[in-house]
Amino acid sequence: MSVRLFRYGILLVLGTFFLLPLFAMLEFSTRGGLEGGRDLSAWRAIGDDPQLVDAILTSLQLAVLTSVLMLVLLLPTMVWVHLRVPVLRRLVEFLCLLPLVIPAIVLVVGIAPLYSWVTYFLGDSSLTLTFVYVVLVLPYAFRALESGLSAMDLRTLSEAARSLGAGWGTVLLRVVLPGVRGAVLSAALLTVALVLGEFTLASLLNFPNLQVAVNLIGKRDAALSIAVSLAALLLAFGLLLALSIVGGRRRTSREVEPLAPTPAPATDGVRA
Amino acid sequence: MPFLLYVGVFLLYPTLVVVAGAFVDSEGVPTLDNVRTAATGPYLDAFVRSLQLSALTAVIGAVLGALLAWAVVTGRPDGALRRVVTSAAGVLAQFGGVTLAFAFLATVGFEGLVTVWLRDRGLDIFAGGAWIFELSGLALVYTYFQVPLMVIVFLPALDGLKPQWREAARSLGGTSWTYWRRVAGPVLAPAFLGSTLLLFANAFSAYATAAALVSQGAPIAPLQIRALQTSEVIIGQQNLGRALGLGMVLVVTGVMLLYALLQRRTTRWLR
Repeated sequence: MSVRLFRYGILLVLGTFFLLPLFAMLEFSTRGGLEGGRDLSAWRAIGDDPQLVDAILTSLQLAVLTSVLMLVLLLPTMVWVHLRVPVLRRLVEFLCLLPLVIPAIVLVVGIAPLYSWVTYFLGDSSLTLTFVYVVLVLPYAFRALESGLSAMDLRTLSEAARSLGAGWGTVLLRVVLPGVRGAVLSAALLTVALVLGEFTLASLLNFPNLQVAVNLIGKRDAALSIAVSLAALLLAFGLLLALSIVGGRRRTSREVEPLAPTPAPATDGVRA
Repeated sequence: MPFLLYVGVFLLYPTLVVVAGAFVDSEGVPTLDNVRTAATGPYLDAFVRSLQLSALTAVIGAVLGALLAWAVVTGRPDGALRRVVTSAAGVLAQFGGVTLAFAFLATVGFEGLVTVWLRDRGLDIFAGGAWIFELSGLALVYTYFQVPLMVIVFLPALDGLKPQWREAARSLGGTSWTYWRRVAGPVLAPAFLGSTLLLFANAFSAYATAAALVSQGAPIAPLQIRALQTSEVIIGQQNLGRALGLGMVLVVTGVMLLYALLQRRTTRWLR
């Protein structure tokens, strides 16, 4: 009984700690002007600020571009390594996890000279951030795809497809991709969430994305920045919640299948 | 193999620039001056403060996060509470930075909800100075993203505790305390320590929150790097920034190696 009380206590205290700032954002962004009261002017202003709209569009485009480039680059490589050159598996894993030990602020320092070349060749567009964002999401995307790939019988399926005359492109697009749909989706959603929240690289490479704009606007109009921040948080939360519901459904459907015997829950009665 | 080429250009080359740059002067002549400067005076102070901030928020985050994870895991495994908490934790832990800084400005900033509420009751939370823009403010906001990260990384470990262990302990006459002290505790210890290390690395690498909150001065290492990166005053400072970056990479690498070692121990029991 006291354990239960303790549990509710924790949920209450930490729940308050986490919800209070979110509620405060809602409160702050709906404050009326000098006369007090509530209004939605800060929320309405989101669409009226061209700088902000541009930044939002930039971030959304970056999210899509990064997801696509990440998949195009990573998925064939990982399939190829799984099937053909397992020797390289360790190397690819190492490279993919390497960004975890290189803080973004340090990556900026190293990549700034490179970006003067990138902008020289490709023009001074914020969308060039895609290149470094792919590096940033590598560890997360790798883990998601790796769990998807090892959950399917890649070798048998691809050999079956090959023996029926399929080329590698067909194998990749019509056998592997449908098989790792869930993993691809979760890798892409993680990428989207990460890109929408990214500040460090954009800010120090001088490309205005969503977070850079929010930070800048915050200096003159805090309510507007707070409104956008809350909207972005809720959007990311929605994305991840959708992911957990999709993922949860997949997991429960897979739990029915395993052939390995599960220990009989004979002692379950004791717990009650 | 386009992947290797890509990673070579956008990951390995920048890393090399940092590592090599730390050991040359602006003319490209090998020198230890950058490293020496980076390990003295304000740079060293910032580094130490970074370590302290990371350690403090890692420990607080680990303890609170573990408790929250426990509270969540004792509920139904596919319940709404768990789903909402893990999704929210994912957002708060990863989304980060600027957004969270603004969340706290709305709460305990000069015109924040809590500030105003307390001020109306005669309490000035800024009587001791504008702490929200200083290290203690950073610690508060960092905790806000450390706890959720702990929930994410510690939940699987708690899930790995088998109900049979508790039952075995009880049928041998052990109390709930014995179970936690002798069974669950030792099994979870490596996972807890490992998660704490991960939190440390996370806080140590964080930049956006501090950048958004602290606009003047550079109390922690990432902000020192910002100052060097954005100032155009002295040429050759660039390599000093690289030396600081190298220091950060070394710290994070060390921590992550320890984490990997603990992880190996963790998986012995929890799979």
